Amino acid sequence: MKQSSYTIHGRRNRWRENSLEGADENVSKKFDWYVIKKFGPYVGRYKGWTLVSVALMLLYTVLNLANPFLIGVAIDQFIGHNDLRGLAITGIVLIIVNVLMWQAQYWQVWSMSWAGQQILYNLSSDMFTHLQSLSLSFYDRTQIGRVMSRLQSDIDVLESMLSSGLLSMLGSLVSLVGIIIAMLAMNVTLALLSFTVLPIMFVIAAFWQRFAQRSFRRTRAAISVVNATLQENITGMRVIQSLAREERNRDEFDELNAYNRDTNLEASRIAALILPLVEVVAAMAIAITVLYGGVLVSQGSLKVGVLVAFTLYINRFFDPIREISQQYSQLQRAGVAAERIFQILETPVEIKDKPGAEELPQIHGEVEFRDVTFGYNRDLPVLRDFNLHMKAGQTVAIVGPTGAGKSTIAGLLARFYDIQQGSVLVDGHDVRDVTQHSLRSQIGVVLQEPFLFTGTIRDNIRYGRLEAADEEVAEAARAVGVHDLITQLPEGYDTLIRERGRNLSVGQRQLISFARALLADPRILILDEATANIDTFTELLVQQALKRLLHGRTALVIAHRLSTIKGADNIVVLQGGRIVEQGTHAELLQRNGIYASLYAMGFRHT
Amino acid sequence: MISPKRETSKVLMALDSWKANLLIFIRIIGLLRPHWVPTLGAVISMVLSTGFALIVPWLLAWVIDTGLRHGQFSSLLLATGAILVTSSLRGLCAYGQGYLSQAVSNLVAYDLRNRLYDHLQTLSFSFHDEAETGQLMSRLTVDIEAVRNFIPLGLLRGLVALVTFSAVTVILFRLDWHLAMVTLICLPILVLLSVQVGRRLRPIWSGVQNETGALGTVMQESLSGMRVVKAFAREDFEIAKYEAKNREVRELNMGAMRLSAWNQPLMVLVLNVVTVVIVWIGGIAVIGHQLSLGVLVAVTQYILLLGTPVRSFGYMVTWFMRGLSGGIRIFGVLDTQPTITDAPGAKALKHVKGHVRFENVSFAYGNGREVLQDITIDAQPGQIIAILGATGSGKSTILHLLPRFYEATSGRVTIDGQDIRKVTQTSLRRNVGLVLQDVFLFNATLRDNIAYGVASATDEQIIAAAKVARLHDFAIGLPDGYDTWVGERGVTLSGGQKQRVAIARTLLLNPRILVLDDSTSSVDMETEYLIQQALDAVMRGRTTFVVASRLRTIKNADKIMVLEKGRIVERGTHETLLPQGGPYAQLYDLQLREQEEFEARMLASSPEQQWNEEKREAVR
Repeated sequence: MKQSSYTIHGRRNRWRENSLEGADENVSKKFDWYVIKKFGPYVGRYKGWTLVSVALMLLYTVLNLANPFLIGVAIDQFIGHNDLRGLAITGIVLIIVNVLMWQAQYWQVWSMSWAGQQILYNLSSDMFTHLQSLSLSFYDRTQIGRVMSRLQSDIDVLESMLSSGLLSMLGSLVSLVGIIIAMLAMNVTLALLSFTVLPIMFVIAAFWQRFAQRSFRRTRAAISVVNATLQENITGMRVIQSLAREERNRDEFDELNAYNRDTNLEASRIAALILPLVEVVAAMAIAITVLYGGVLVSQGSLKVGVLVAFTLYINRFFDPIREISQQYSQLQRAGVAAERIFQILETPVEIKDKPGAEELPQIHGEVEFRDVTFGYNRDLPVLRDFNLHMKAGQTVAIVGPTGAGKSTIAGLLARFYDIQQGSVLVDGHDVRDVTQHSLRSQIGVVLQEPFLFTGTIRDNIRYGRLEAADEEVAEAARAVGVHDLITQLPEGYDTLIRERGRNLSVGQRQLISFARALLADPRILILDEATANIDTFTELLVQQALKRLLHGRTALVIAHRLSTIKGADNIVVLQGGRIVEQGTHAELLQRNGIYASLYAMGFRHT
Repeated sequence: MISPKRETSKVLMALDSWKANLLIFIRIIGLLRPHWVPTLGAVISMVLSTGFALIVPWLLAWVIDTGLRHGQFSSLLLATGAILVTSSLRGLCAYGQGYLSQAVSNLVAYDLRNRLYDHLQTLSFSFHDEAETGQLMSRLTVDIEAVRNFIPLGLLRGLVALVTFSAVTVILFRLDWHLAMVTLICLPILVLLSVQVGRRLRPIWSGVQNETGALGTVMQESLSGMRVVKAFAREDFEIAKYEAKNREVRELNMGAMRLSAWNQPLMVLVLNVVTVVIVWIGGIAVIGHQLSLGVLVAVTQYILLLGTPVRSFGYMVTWFMRGLSGGIRIFGVLDTQPTITDAPGAKALKHVKGHVRFENVSFAYGNGREVLQDITIDAQPGQIIAILGATGSGKSTILHLLPRFYEATSGRVTIDGQDIRKVTQTSLRRNVGLVLQDVFLFNATLRDNIAYGVASATDEQIIAAAKVARLHDFAIGLPDGYDTWVGERGVTLSGGQKQRVAIARTLLLNPRILVLDDSTSSVDMETEYLIQQALDAVMRGRTTFVVASRLRTIKNADKIMVLEKGRIVERGTHETLLPQGGPYAQLYDLQLREQEEFEARMLASSPEQQWNEEKREAVR
């Protein structure tokens, strides 16, 4: 996972050597077994359906093979002997056989696709659920785009595999076996004779497969680089246009696009090679049969009808082989896709509810960090023996330079990460002893980047408490002073928020996220640089909103605006993961220490 | 009264959409024109391989009728040899067909991808405001893939089917026209079935495409908003949201499958029944000595040849429908005209002095209400124009009009007396440097990001720009220096660092005119001072429009414009405006006075030094 997310690194300069070859190359050779093993339980859940489908497939194959056999019989037994009645009976039987075949195939395809869709549905749901349970540290080091591509295109690849590819391949295999049996039953010598070409076929196929596999992998890697570049350029289109860099980007993109085209051309060249090979081998089989069979017929030891039926079988014999060789690339892609999906599913969940974890009861909001040591990387602790006590209802502000560990403290309180030593206590409960859900539903977090979801403004505010009435939503908005702004919009609370809230200013978005937090009515509130993105002239609104928001709650505020900090009950100055100063604004100014100098240098003013 | 009318319009619409669909297919086929050589090659090898395939049954019939009847071993040998030769030739053609059809489709995909990308680059901001990244990406991936697959799997295979059908028909007529007539019965039925299924599959497929897009949005949002999801403990809600959409997609998919599952075997059934009828009728004819056995065998063989195209009809119909909806969506983007284009005969903007004028400029997004009304600003070369106002007052919009990201609805913007609509966009934007609020960095090295606008930048120039932007010290402190990867896949930079990269990036362009959006403060305290310095350095000697929130910038400005609801309500300098007691004075009292006090204190205690000492101490 981690490895592959870095291979793409050197795209712009090193893409040829590094990422294109590397991105999907680390897929192990034994992936077939791995994938089959992982896939088993998913198929197992629809055992019944799969069995029905396979049974129907057998029926279909038998019926399908009965066709040439019966036609052969009609020609030899009845037409040859001028038996009109027999011919009529065969005709009726043939029609019945075909109608049955039609129904068998219909139900077989249907049951197979039904099972396939269920399997896919379960797989993608499991993946999504698993992603939801992964802790933030996973998201810190993973690119959303890559995860998305696994959820979307990999599932897509599996889908076409399950819905058509696998089906026709399985069908081909079954009919291959059936045809072999039928041929042996008709004439053993002739059958064995025509099978003599098969070893040639296998040798050629095995040789071809090695080349094909390598070249298919390359195409996968090439297209993923092309798409990643596209994604980035579309997102950064404004920068490209404002720097008037369109031409250069076009050339760069063209280079990647052309590389992708060329790998694909090479792959299709190799893929197409198998077609003439199968053709020639099939012709050899037919030639042998006709030659030997012809001699037998002229000697009178073989009937013409049998020979005719035999040549028909040989044609059908190579159909599944043709089919399989054409589906081969799809099978390859599906194998890679499935492995990538299972990799996600197997990413361990780092933060789990303890077995028997209790619900955190309604809290007052007392918080204590006791001798906490934590680092995102175990060897590089960000916090060392950190102690902080927050009384219920207190506002604690944390200030300090970048990298001092301010946001880390916030993340630990909500148990986004697990500490390595010490304990974080909420009302005396260790956060690791209670369920994550009960903990986080009593802690509100407002982040620097106000993230809104596509949907109406009302839905977004309601995200804090899903069952809130419209009036309560408006109430929350009013309390943070965004109500008037919203009602001024043409559609008021029903205004649709576009992708990432682009149609609102950052300030407006932040105020909406305040309303969302207020509606959730948490006992503990964390403001992680929540006011940083608000322009100075919206600040006044925000200050009032904050006052409402903080009222009566325990609040942990990370800020660099003086207005937010000044009123705090306790100001903690953090440096290098340790508290270096602590006290109220007035006390700290008097001490004339770091805080005072920070203050002088100018917190973000107001 | 109403219903017949409605019916007519429905019919008309159906006819219309039928024509429109045909047009889309014609356009897709038109994409093949530049690659007509390999396309022709694919078609020829297709026809030939079909032809060779048709010879084999004929040879078999000949063997049975002549070779076996007369028991001549030599003719048997001859026939066998002929079978081998034709098959080899057929194989060769199959290779040509397989390779060339894939090659053509890849070439078309390449063209489309380039064309779409180029086109997206020419489309103006207003388009990108509306378009969602995910949606555009799906045009560039799923839809191109659909068209790409349509060519070999839909179009060319359809052609093969057509050729096979016609050839078989001709041969059958030459063999025995009675049996040929019987065989042809199946044709209208097959066509009817395909058309019907196509019509029913179409809405299902577009439903699948739309719902899949919606599912993507749910996913994207939920994953990129993971912090919010976790903070509100809303995992279950997100899962429910996802599963509901996922279920919808599944239902639609199953509908499509059910239809294909029903249809495809039905087509095979039609063909097989026809075969049975042929054997039956032909058998009677053979018994009645009106037909030779060899001919009957040949006829059945030929009909069996139809099996492959008929079996692939189901897939073909699907690919036709997918290609159609992909084509509609791709051409939809390609047909979008950029709202902002270079005027015919537009000249390059050269030797800019930097005299910028907004003359009675008004602006509205789309058909919405006016965001800016009657804005008039005169900026002399080298002047700093500070723009102040509350959220939503239109500050950023003014900045966007200058590089012509949007077009003024009335009035005009001039640079050195030239209307910006009369010069090329490239030359305009090369002369207008921009530092926006949302800094976007590319996944590239720090060096590449700084040099993003200037391909020919030397290392010295890059370092010089970085120094002015107060970025150099940070850069050399990174593990790989300027070669450190930044952006989503590399080192994450803080807001302030990003902003300084953007400043350096713009500086390298050395524009005469500068547009800065400095309204936010997503920087930590340490960086604050650095940014202030960087900005001061950048603005020196350039005409600058700045949305400002820093007192120092505002005080340095030659002109201050105070904006309220899209209008300039006050203009002047700090000194002239403050005593007036108007909106500026109010803003100053509310927001800026404290900054003034800090500054005084700052000067008194020389805090920079102090801070550095503290840091050194802390390190120790």
